[in-house]
Amino acid sequence: MKIHEYQAKAILKEFHVPVPEGKLATTPEAAVSVAKELGGNLWVVKAQIHAGGRGKGGGVKLARSLEEVEALSNAMLGMTLVTHQTGPEGKKVEKVYIEKGQSLDKEYYVALILDRAKEKIAVIVSPEGGVEIEKVAKDSPDKIFTEVAPDLEGFRPDQLRKLSQKMGFTGKLDTQFQDIVSKLFKTFLEKDASIVEINPLVSTKEGNLLALDAKINFDDNALYRHEDVAKLRDFSEEDPKEVEASKHNLNYISLNGNIGCMVNGAGLAMATMDIIKLEGGAPANFLDVGGGAKQEQVQEALKIILLDKSVKAILINIFGGIVRCDVIARGVLEAVKQIHLKVPLIVRLQGTNASEGLKILDESGLSITTAHTMKEAAQKAVGALQ
Amino acid sequence: MSILVNRDSKVMVQGLTGKEGTFHARQCMAYGTKIVAGVTPNKGGQDIDGIPVFNTVSEAKENTGATVSVIFVPARFAAAAVTEAIDAALDLVVCITEGIPALDMLKIKQRLNQRHKTILIGPNCPGIITPGECKVGIMPAHIHKKGKVGVISRSGTLTYEAVDQLTQLGLGQTTCIGIGGDPIIGSSFIDLLKHFKEDDETKAVVMIGEIGGSAEEEAAAYIQKNYSKPVIGFIAGQTAPEGKRMGHAGALISGGKGTAKDKIQALKKAGVWVSESPAEIGETVVKALA
Repeated sequence: MKIHEYQAKAILKEFHVPVPEGKLATTPEAAVSVAKELGGNLWVVKAQIHAGGRGKGGGVKLARSLEEVEALSNAMLGMTLVTHQTGPEGKKVEKVYIEKGQSLDKEYYVALILDRAKEKIAVIVSPEGGVEIEKVAKDSPDKIFTEVAPDLEGFRPDQLRKLSQKMGFTGKLDTQFQDIVSKLFKTFLEKDASIVEINPLVSTKEGNLLALDAKINFDDNALYRHEDVAKLRDFSEEDPKEVEASKHNLNYISLNGNIGCMVNGAGLAMATMDIIKLEGGAPANFLDVGGGAKQEQVQEALKIILLDKSVKAILINIFGGIVRCDVIARGVLEAVKQIHLKVPLIVRLQGTNASEGLKILDESGLSITTAHTMKEAAQKAVGALQ
Repeated sequence: MSILVNRDSKVMVQGLTGKEGTFHARQCMAYGTKIVAGVTPNKGGQDIDGIPVFNTVSEAKENTGATVSVIFVPARFAAAAVTEAIDAALDLVVCITEGIPALDMLKIKQRLNQRHKTILIGPNCPGIITPGECKVGIMPAHIHKKGKVGVISRSGTLTYEAVDQLTQLGLGQTTCIGIGGDPIIGSSFIDLLKHFKEDDETKAVVMIGEIGGSAEEEAAAYIQKNYSKPVIGFIAGQTAPEGKRMGHAGALISGGKGTAKDKIQALKKAGVWVSESPAEIGETVVKALA
């Protein structure tokens, strides 16, 4: 699960990681009063959307007066922000975060991640902050340093010292940096995060380190033990079709093609997308209907697939295991009748009682095209578009 | 021959008294698996179809001689169930349960590394089957056939698809294992490739990977150095976009890493027979064995 910057910073504050003072606003008027409250004569207006690259897209601006705070907030609220992470359609800005301006000296990068290969928590740091870390990794890989925590107790002091040295910190900044990394580790662990990223971490002219931006993603599997985190979910940031699907325990991801897919199992669903592509088509979505593919699930899944107006044909690919294909076929039939399907439907059944299942569909009188193999099904789905 | 389980394996079911546990235990028994015990805290003394239920894994082990466990307990109790099985020093633990937090898996891996005894398969996997002898999992048994191909896969139904293709072509399997779709899992491709290497009956290994992580690349490096048996690979998710989790918690391309393209390239470089299409996994095995 993803959250907003302002929410991530509130969590960091809880763990005593230094962040700039800031407040959220949803109207230009509120932005002004928040800026007044924060005081000073320099503010940053930051669009709150679930995507990186906001600065480049015009979603982070400096304001030197309250009038500017108002004008910038006014322009930002309601605008559609397009960044390299939002896709071309962009995301609508509903909230701005107003922060006290800082006198910056230098920008750094710090992130904690789950290192899948080493099966440990790792920290990645770089003295080149404020830019995409992927770009740093590509252009100057010698500027990226990592350490792996030996266990869940955290990093050893020598690891922290080594990193701090690589970053070029001495004196007060050295102490602050080691402290911040330890606190970020604690945040990661206690909140079941999957990534905690500070980009940039900055040193100020006053000689302090500060998390100028913050991103925290969480492990969905652990949300049950973090009610406070689960409450931070912002449904307006997610694809409404994906939200609807999750209500029915369906796993749906919207894609750009026009062949809607419904498959049981995530691996087979990806493979089905792949074979559609190999046969010259383009999948409209990923949809895992679950192992059992029960009628209610199939019905809801069809409805969700059809919410996407670019869908011109639907391919159902079910491998019947414990649940028999004839049972699945009856479910599909009933679901199709219920929703008065208008686009061509291709159904491939394989596994237990596959022939009986296909026979039920063939003899139903409904215009359902059946297939025995994945390849045949994909070819028929692509063919149905012509 | 086979790997990890055979007709003599004695299996306990953690979560036997639950709906899933009871259902699948019955299916496994019908296949011939020796299910000798169940474990459910506070339900010791009961029985399901004559299978005695114990309160703890160690009691079940002592009283029945079971050395294998299959776990069907709900996600929030599953990590504790796995840990209990590791501490009871079972030989093999197969965790079917989906949804265990990644940090819990890190703790479990630490424990496994300290104990050096138990092999963990999963979590979030269909389990393991040695056709004709022993099924410890939720896969449809009848699509399998005894033979000479080993199968290792990160998926569930895609594994069934591949196995079905093999069986249709007359190619049986020594043992098929679903290793699970999570970021942190008990046994990797490499762990199981090693077992298949030692098994004389296994003449080829099918390896089904998917996007996310670097397990396939690591396996490719291992195969290049250590493997003489033919390996046939397929990677699901060639069309998956970056930053979107494709169902499995592990199937996520992030920061440009974990793409199907990179994995396929690594496998090809290692001499693996890569099937570009999911419909041609079986045929590719036929070619590799010709």
